Amino acid sequence: MSAYLNHLLFGWYPYLCLTVFLLGSLIRFDREQYTWKTGSSQLLRRRQLRWGSNLFHVGILVIFGGHFVGLLTPIWVFDALGISHSFKQGLAITVGGIAGIACFIGIAMLAHRRLFDPRIRATSSFGDIAILLLLWVQLTLGLSTIFVSLGHMDGHEMVKFMNWAQGILTLQPEASAYVADVSPVFKAHLLLGMTIFLVFPFTRLVHIWSAPVWYLGRPGYQVVRTRFADPAKRRASFPAARPAVQAGPARTTRRQGE
Amino acid sequence: MKIRAQIGMVLNLDKCIGCHTCSVTCKNVWTNREGVEYAWFNNVETKPGVGYPREWENQTKWNGGWRRKKSGRIEPRIGAKWRVLANIFANPDLPEIDDYYEPFTFDYEHLQTAKESKAFPTARPRSLITGERIEKIGWGPNWEEILGGEFEKRSKDVNFEGVQKEIYGEFENTFMMYLPRLCEHCLNPACVAVCPSGAIYKREEDGIVLIDQDKCRGWRMCVSGCPYKKIYYNWSSGKSEKCIFCYPRIEAGQPTVCSETCVGRIRYLGVILYDADRIEAAAATADEQDLYEEQLSLFLDPNDPAVIAQARADGVPESWIEAARHSPVWKMAMEWKVAFPLHPEYRTLPMVWYVPPLSPIQSAAASGRMGIDGDMPDVRSLRIPLRYLANMLTAGKEEPVALALERMLAMRAYMRAKTVDGRLDPRIAEKVGLTGGAIEEMYQVMAIANYEDRFVIPTAHREWSEDAYEERGSCGFSFGNGCSGGETDLNLFATNKTGKARNPMEIA
Repeated sequence: MSAYLNHLLFGWYPYLCLTVFLLGSLIRFDREQYTWKTGSSQLLRRRQLRWGSNLFHVGILVIFGGHFVGLLTPIWVFDALGISHSFKQGLAITVGGIAGIACFIGIAMLAHRRLFDPRIRATSSFGDIAILLLLWVQLTLGLSTIFVSLGHMDGHEMVKFMNWAQGILTLQPEASAYVADVSPVFKAHLLLGMTIFLVFPFTRLVHIWSAPVWYLGRPGYQVVRTRFADPAKRRASFPAARPAVQAGPARTTRRQGE
Repeated sequence: MKIRAQIGMVLNLDKCIGCHTCSVTCKNVWTNREGVEYAWFNNVETKPGVGYPREWENQTKWNGGWRRKKSGRIEPRIGAKWRVLANIFANPDLPEIDDYYEPFTFDYEHLQTAKESKAFPTARPRSLITGERIEKIGWGPNWEEILGGEFEKRSKDVNFEGVQKEIYGEFENTFMMYLPRLCEHCLNPACVAVCPSGAIYKREEDGIVLIDQDKCRGWRMCVSGCPYKKIYYNWSSGKSEKCIFCYPRIEAGQPTVCSETCVGRIRYLGVILYDADRIEAAAATADEQDLYEEQLSLFLDPNDPAVIAQARADGVPESWIEAARHSPVWKMAMEWKVAFPLHPEYRTLPMVWYVPPLSPIQSAAASGRMGIDGDMPDVRSLRIPLRYLANMLTAGKEEPVALALERMLAMRAYMRAKTVDGRLDPRIAEKVGLTGGAIEEMYQVMAIANYEDRFVIPTAHREWSEDAYEERGSCGFSFGNGCSGGETDLNLFATNKTGKARNPMEIA
């Protein structure tokens, strides 16, 4: 029974979550552009946001990057680089711990603001509050795994998670077995983490997809749109007796130095 | 030279009576929705005053507009691109809604449902954000109406720079004017530059600056970037919104709602042809006081055959070139030089211009102690300090504003001589560098201000950009997925979708 449950939760559930995460994001992006936003509440209340939001975001980005690289880099890469499991474990605890504490302080400020500031509370949706509390619980779980990890600094537990995560992504049918005997704290952390992926497309988290890093590469500063794809075509089509043929969406052209 | 056309606006402040009809009609049409109750795409401020939002002109506080670097290039005052992104989690330059005002309503229902009592029932205010009681409303969109509030607070107005402002706090010396404000639809918009999503754009064909509501992600940098604080974050939808210059009306050849409904007939709309290639160079001019003239130099004479030929080559429709020849904006900005940009020192090259107001002659002048220059009073003795107007319109350079005021006074003197005394006095016109004919035309456009003289708006050529056959049975203006078929023009990575099925009409 417990093997079945383990396989259900760590063998099947990940695929449910990943599918909803990817397809849900895609469909929402396609159907609901107008709802695709950060949902910033800074205009309504600046207080607690400068520290809260910066600590939270920087912390969680470091943690996310750490999880991404730490879990998904193939083990042979670490071996080839000569990075031992115990060193990696120590690094994960140190960096993750510092970022986690920063993030924890930040999210505490944000949660306090969201729950107890009348303006923010009144304008929050159920999803806004729920996702914030979910992240808070997940962060707390993640931080409490540190105490478990301190008990096995050789890093062998961590290898289990790497094998599991890489096994799931490479469609290994027995991947769930890797995490069958890990501490319940880790299991709770994994489950909640997958659940966050599951609810992701239904919350404001979708703004992560749109992190505007491309802005740095935008040529020049100005954006000018023309409704006409090509001025020459426009002249050619006027004064045409037939319907103009520039159907379709307005094109965006960006020019430098305007 | 790359010629583009823009519908510009001029507001003749000399005739503004501060009735707020523009603001109210605009609000009823565009911002009568949750999330933008506090937003006024058009508002009228009483100057001197700190305005709406509070101290919007104080860029040491808000960091709006552009800054010229030592290298001679310009960058947004809130910072270069990496700086914008570094502040994206919490924008240090974003006003709080209280800087505008907390939107409110009143418990009107209580007036009808109150039980019999000794005291008269009252409708008390309530916040439109939280729904909670507001005990006392402390600020609003027009809190300083007709010099409301103490001079101490109003005099934080940065246009007092270089003016001995203390004496204007005295009752005998006080002055005021109205300043209706809307989006400037700049040639070098700072809001566009700082938008990390690239959602804000300037339309090539008519210069209107719009926010793509589907692409906006609510990073709220535009609110800080705009030095006029004319982009508003909709706290309900999480998207930024701004004055759209009533583009559906403009496209149909109709004036904007604020212009159409202006009872003082102070607003003018007309085409300006400009050189798009020189925008950045003009905006990066070293001396702030040259920015007004630099912007003038971007405007191209629609009667010049070379300009006409290039405009045609750049795809400006013939009807637009023709409209540019009759543009009241061109006349006031270029021919008579009576209209000025609002705060050119922001380097945004704004396209909503203002004719400075005349004001009564100070009592000192009336008592004969101050200069009467021939038939006309010295504009420096007018009640509104020249420097104050210059700080607002020409980055502090007084001569152009003085000339404009003299020309407006000359128009009055000339027409008074003509209609009251029955004589034509070309000397009056010559004194201010105009001809009698020019003054008569000025009088026709600025004083009589007939509808067809104020609004010279060519219709957009929709047929060039859209296939009407494809548009049949489609939806009108709406938000979100109001009546969408569920398709967006962008894919998940915000680039244009490719591989679109070939339109059966595209056989030509």
